[in-house]
Amino acid sequence: MAIIEARGLRKQYGTTVALAGVDLHVEEGRILGLVGPNGAGKTTALDAMLGLIPYQGELRVLGRDPWMERDQLMRDMCFIADVAVLPRWIRVSQLLDYVAGVHPRFDRVKAEGFLAKTNIHRTSKVRQLSKGMVTQLHLSLVMAIDAKLVVLDEPTLGLDILYRKQFYDSLLNDYFDRQRTIVVATHQVEEVQHVLTDLIFIDRGRIVLSCSMEEFESRFAEVTVNPEQLAAARALKPIQERLVFGRSILLFDGVQRGQLSALGEVRTPSIADLFVAVMEGRANTAQGAAA
Amino acid sequence: MNVKPNAIAESSVASPSAVAADVPAARLLVWSIRRELWENWSIYVAPLAVAGLVLFGFLIRLIGFPARMRALSALDVAHQRDAIQGPNIMVAGLLMVTGMLVGAFYSLDALYGERKDRSTLFWKSLPVSDVVTVASKASIPIFLLQLLVAAIIVVTQTIMLMASSAVLLGSGQSASTVSTHVPWVQMSLMMFYHLIVLHGLWHAPFYAWLLMVSSWARRTPFLWAVLPAIAIGMVEKVAFNTRYFGDMLIYQLTGGSGIGASRDMAPLDMLGHFEPGRELGTPGLWIGLAVTALFLFVATRLRRQRGPI
Repeated sequence: MAIIEARGLRKQYGTTVALAGVDLHVEEGRILGLVGPNGAGKTTALDAMLGLIPYQGELRVLGRDPWMERDQLMRDMCFIADVAVLPRWIRVSQLLDYVAGVHPRFDRVKAEGFLAKTNIHRTSKVRQLSKGMVTQLHLSLVMAIDAKLVVLDEPTLGLDILYRKQFYDSLLNDYFDRQRTIVVATHQVEEVQHVLTDLIFIDRGRIVLSCSMEEFESRFAEVTVNPEQLAAARALKPIQERLVFGRSILLFDGVQRGQLSALGEVRTPSIADLFVAVMEGRANTAQGAAA
Repeated sequence: MNVKPNAIAESSVASPSAVAADVPAARLLVWSIRRELWENWSIYVAPLAVAGLVLFGFLIRLIGFPARMRALSALDVAHQRDAIQGPNIMVAGLLMVTGMLVGAFYSLDALYGERKDRSTLFWKSLPVSDVVTVASKASIPIFLLQLLVAAIIVVTQTIMLMASSAVLLGSGQSASTVSTHVPWVQMSLMMFYHLIVLHGLWHAPFYAWLLMVSSWARRTPFLWAVLPAIAIGMVEKVAFNTRYFGDMLIYQLTGGSGIGASRDMAPLDMLGHFEPGRELGTPGLWIGLAVTALFLFVATRLRRQRGPI
């Protein structure tokens, strides 16, 4: 069964089109990264999946219509939408009591176990915790919920590097298995690269790239081209060319690695580099069209 | 932490291996109400503080009480009754006003605050429907707060009664003067009835209105709640030179005892003119409850739609 199935998903705020017809198909056991610049429609797409906003088009999450059935849906999915949404007045013990009281799939013992590894006291109020600790607390709650789908929207925004690393480490080691599915929207692409199984670039409400990480690795290649072979390399139509320490680095889409290795040193690009290349390419096309 | 053993037992029952059954709506409601009380401790602290202050003042007043009673014993029964019942009625009135203020400000913030501090995104990530959430928030000013205020009033009055009796006994006078003038059981029952029926049910549309504005306003819910009422009243006055809207609000506030009644006597006296059951038969009460249901329905729809601000 598809965990998320969207067809022609649209959302408009006044005259601003936030989602311009998005098709999406996410299978069980995937970790999907949703990457895009500010205002690209990432959060809008996630909000639609979480039943937080109405939308046009077709959308099924775990077989349900999120807008009409948010509360039932939340038994099987959970989300960390943005950082620091835990109520500041609540005590950690109250938070545990409350979630244990209302959530049929919450395992309090597990949550206490995760919290025991942190410096968070049961008697503290959320307002007394640092930003990193609030995120740890939220993650401890979410990981103690036996959910089929976890949605994360910029879960590590504003955290220092230690917490950021820890966040994905615990999520992968202590929580993720093939029965769960994770969708994460983030700017911090470099820290999710090794985590993802699937990647989607989204820009101005549209999906501009959608591939699995295996595809990503076979399709895209970055070559530090030997100066004498630059002309030959350019003939293969790189999607981006840039200079680093006086050497040309060219990014190719769908060119055989065998062909490229003759031109210089070949690597798999980072998601961040590919992202910049794709976005620049789109900006240039748009300019070209305008001119 | 006393909740721990219990909670562990609970969670082992609801362990992931077991088929996660639905959490019954009643349990969701109870937990949501508990959550409201954790957040808004002013609901019980404010009336308790007022009761404490009044008691403190009353104890000081008791110093001169035996002498005053001696002087009063020469007077007629009506004066004696007033001297003893006076403070009792005053404490009830003060606590009722406190309850109304607490209820109003609670309702104005209930669905606005969670959007303002963005915690609505957390609450919405849990399997609790908007209907349960709004119901839990509405039940606070309409039922819980009123029960609590009634209980605090009765306890405070009892303490005052016992204290005056003790003081009278200590000064060698008969305490029966106090008990004959204060029919305790009747007064206590009436207090609960009054709070639930008038302050709860008759005032329900006001609280529901405040909750609705609270779920709708992007800023200054207080102004949005109050200004339209003033505007309607003023437009009516200018256009038709009538004041039906204002009268309607007063009618609802006073529990249908009429505009004349509310002007001619202090609201506290209403307790003396109480006929249990009369209010329940008034169509005004039921119309008010229908309006309450409408406002709460709209609040529920708005809660689903509105995100953090």
